[in-house]
Amino acid sequence: MQLGLVHFLILSALLFCLGLYAVLTRRNAVAILMGIELMLNAANINLVAFNKYVAPAALNGHVFALIVITLAACEAGVGLALVLSAYRNLETVHVDEINVMKW
Amino acid sequence: MGQLAAFIVLSIVTLAAAVVVVGSGNIVRSALSLIPTFLGITGIYILLQAEFVAGIQVLIYAGAITVLILFVIMLTEHGSGVRFRQVNEQVPLGMIVAGALAAFLIATFVTTAWPTSSGALPQYTASGVGTTFMTNMVLVFEATSLVLLVALIGAIVIARRER
Amino acid sequence: MRELAWLIPVLPLIAFGVIIAFGRRLPGQGAYVAVAGIALAAVLSIGIFVQGLGHTEAYEANIRWVPYGETALDLGIRVDNLATLMLLVVTVVGSMIFTYSIGYMHGDPRYPRFFAYLSLFAASMLLLVLANNLLFLYVGWELVGLCSYLLIGFYFEKPSAARASMKAFLTTRVGDVFMFFGILIVFLTLGTFRFDEIFAKVHEGAFGALTIGGLPLLTVAALLLFGGALGKSAQFPLHTWLPDAMEGPTPVSALIHAATMVAAGVYMVARTYTLFFQSPDHGALTFVAYVGGVTALMAATIAVTQDDIKRVLAYSTISQLGLMMLGLGVLGYTAGMFHLMTHAFFKALLFLGAGSVIHAMHTNSIKEMGGLGTIMPSTYWTFLIGTLALAGVFPFAGFWSKDEILLEAYHHNTVLFVMAALTSLLTAFYMFRVIFYTFTGSLRNRHAHPHESPPVMTRPLWVLAFFSVVVGFVGAPFVGAPIKHFIDFEGLEHVPFSMGMALFGTLVAAVGIGAAAAVYHWKVVPASTLRRAAGPLFTLVSNKYYLDELYDLLFVRPTVAVARFLRNFDVYVIDMIVNLVGFVGIGLARLYRVFDQYVVDGLVNLVGWIAKALGSTLRYVQTGRAQNYLLAIALGVIVLLAAGLFR
Repeated sequence: MQLGLVHFLILSALLFCLGLYAVLTRRNAVAILMGIELMLNAANINLVAFNKYVAPAALNGHVFALIVITLAACEAGVGLALVLSAYRNLETVHVDEINVMKW
Repeated sequence: MGQLAAFIVLSIVTLAAAVVVVGSGNIVRSALSLIPTFLGITGIYILLQAEFVAGIQVLIYAGAITVLILFVIMLTEHGSGVRFRQVNEQVPLGMIVAGALAAFLIATFVTTAWPTSSGALPQYTASGVGTTFMTNMVLVFEATSLVLLVALIGAIVIARRER
Repeated sequence: MRELAWLIPVLPLIAFGVIIAFGRRLPGQGAYVAVAGIALAAVLSIGIFVQGLGHTEAYEANIRWVPYGETALDLGIRVDNLATLMLLVVTVVGSMIFTYSIGYMHGDPRYPRFFAYLSLFAASMLLLVLANNLLFLYVGWELVGLCSYLLIGFYFEKPSAARASMKAFLTTRVGDVFMFFGILIVFLTLGTFRFDEIFAKVHEGAFGALTIGGLPLLTVAALLLFGGALGKSAQFPLHTWLPDAMEGPTPVSALIHAATMVAAGVYMVARTYTLFFQSPDHGALTFVAYVGGVTALMAATIAVTQDDIKRVLAYSTISQLGLMMLGLGVLGYTAGMFHLMTHAFFKALLFLGAGSVIHAMHTNSIKEMGGLGTIMPSTYWTFLIGTLALAGVFPFAGFWSKDEILLEAYHHNTVLFVMAALTSLLTAFYMFRVIFYTFTGSLRNRHAHPHESPPVMTRPLWVLAFFSVVVGFVGAPFVGAPIKHFIDFEGLEHVPFSMGMALFGTLVAAVGIGAAAAVYHWKVVPASTLRRAAGPLFTLVSNKYYLDELYDLLFVRPTVAVARFLRNFDVYVIDMIVNLVGFVGIGLARLYRVFDQYVVDGLVNLVGWIAKALGSTLRYVQTGRAQNYLLAIALGVIVLLAAGLFR
């Protein structure tokens, strides 16, 4: 059996759904951020895999993967800053307790 | 065959570590499990001949982001300890949805006829990536740098302790 | 001076307004304002009178009221000798009465209002006198009627006073309706209200041979106008209100019966004398004369039987007004007006004297009085002067004017002359009956403590007494009878003074006085014997010929019956229909209410309920938790994928 595109896609789908599960079920904002990182990595796998199997000449997949990594770093920085700020003001990092914007 | 075996090993490492990340009741263990996950993904990248992306992945994900997350966990220790319930009431529903989504996604990927090309990547991709950034993607490159700057300032402003 | 004539009615009107507005805060609680108003008017009147002695032409001032088409209605005032004489009488006598009222009304709870009404009364009368057109005359006429209503009913808490004021108002209104139609006929025929234009057109024969119902239209118009005078001057058959009007305060009686209201009728006839005079064969004048004669005689007989001092004077007034009408009717234009003037003075005097007596005795009945001559000398002597003047004794004022009327009647119509002579005889008799009952003999009511009235009341009496003595001399032949030149109707010849008639008049008065003295002073024949001898005749006369009862039967009861019937109709038929309509409306409304409540409201509530139920169900979706939303998004993605797979 030859290693092909579909294998990488299945891996990324599983990784993505694990990340989604974390985002859906974890109460801790940091854990949710970790889930998001997993989902972004799943997307990156796809980008790089498509680059190799669909359009090997262009290298656009790699470039996008790099940009996603950059933005993921930004997202992690800003997101964790928000978590810190919320913790400092509300003394919790559990998202179901943070409901000041509900009403 | 060697490639397939490598892929399976790397996949198992990645997914197993990811399961620990997602499922562990100890947040610190979750954070630490991110490292094998990211490293596994790095292996996948190498398998896909993306050595520059793999290098960046190691540097930023396995290095910077994981360390950042560990710092935040320690700074918020009152909210992140094991004595708290770590999951909400959506666990069964979320499990079903995630599972279903995975099933459907896989079904879709399998049934779709992908327009695969027979061409090959260059021997070293790093210089190609650099050329692309400086030619076709220069605008995106600049915009990304701007976003980085904004995120930097924003993170400082948000996380700063108020006087 | 004549240019200021318009001020004369305006001054009392201002006084009226000021008193109504400020009332008790004014000096003397408004009384001084009223007196000042009328006194200023009197001063102006005297000035106009003195100025008017010289010339005979009239002064007129007009304002354009309604322009229509080519012509316009001009209304204004007219100052001629007739008006000047009336102005003088009204303002001078009025001033005396106003002054007297200060004392008489003292302590009355509605003191300022009384003077306000008096002022309005005077203003109305003066407007009536000065009017140069029928419209202003009518306005003044009705205002006078209104004021008399207010003043007769001044003690409106007394039922009899309220009834009397109502009676006066309604009775005179009957006459006023006639007068209104008379004015309409004149206006529709001649197209003007102004007297000078009316007279000029009548002289030209504008009425011509117009007839209505077989009678000449001019005669009909004159008689309709005379209808107003019938009511206002209390002539038969509309005289019944005047004796009842004695319910008002005594100064009001004096004002109404001497100077103003009742004189208005006579004045109006004199003012429109041309209409009467020009009627074919003097038909209207003859009617006036006979009405006057009948009234004079009837009222004089009733006066003999009355015991209420004010009622005697009231009937005396009716009788004297009849004499004036008689005088006017027998072409004695000057005589009638002359008698009006002298009568105004001595009748005002008599009423004020009677008021003084009533003030002292607190009763009106002459049977309870007696011997007041020594207790109240001022009142006694002035009252005596007034009585002598009224009885027509030489040289008092009444003598000269009554003599003129007798003379004119004698030369015109024997029947009327006999009526006038009999009236004179009875006048002397009943007036001295009052004198003997009131002022001579001894006090019959042991509980009364009479006293002389205060100077503010007796001084006007003396002033009026003075006038009652001297005012007649303006008609005396040995001073040239200036009244005959002053008040003169064009085309009438004066009957020359006759010594025989003067002696006859004196004789008649003397017989009347003697008879009264014989019955009531020396008691040669006691009054009760006479009364029994007269029998049914006395009953008839003392009940005022049953005229009140007759009117009651003929007019009041049918009117009340019709009114009652209409009320019942109103209550049972119209109200029922109205109620039925209302009931049906209510029933429909109830039905609609049910519909509204259960159907319309039900629908509205249903819509609201649905919205509420939906909202309360769906609000659980809005949890505010991003993870729930994300779950929904994931489900959506699954659905999309499924749709893509099982296409």
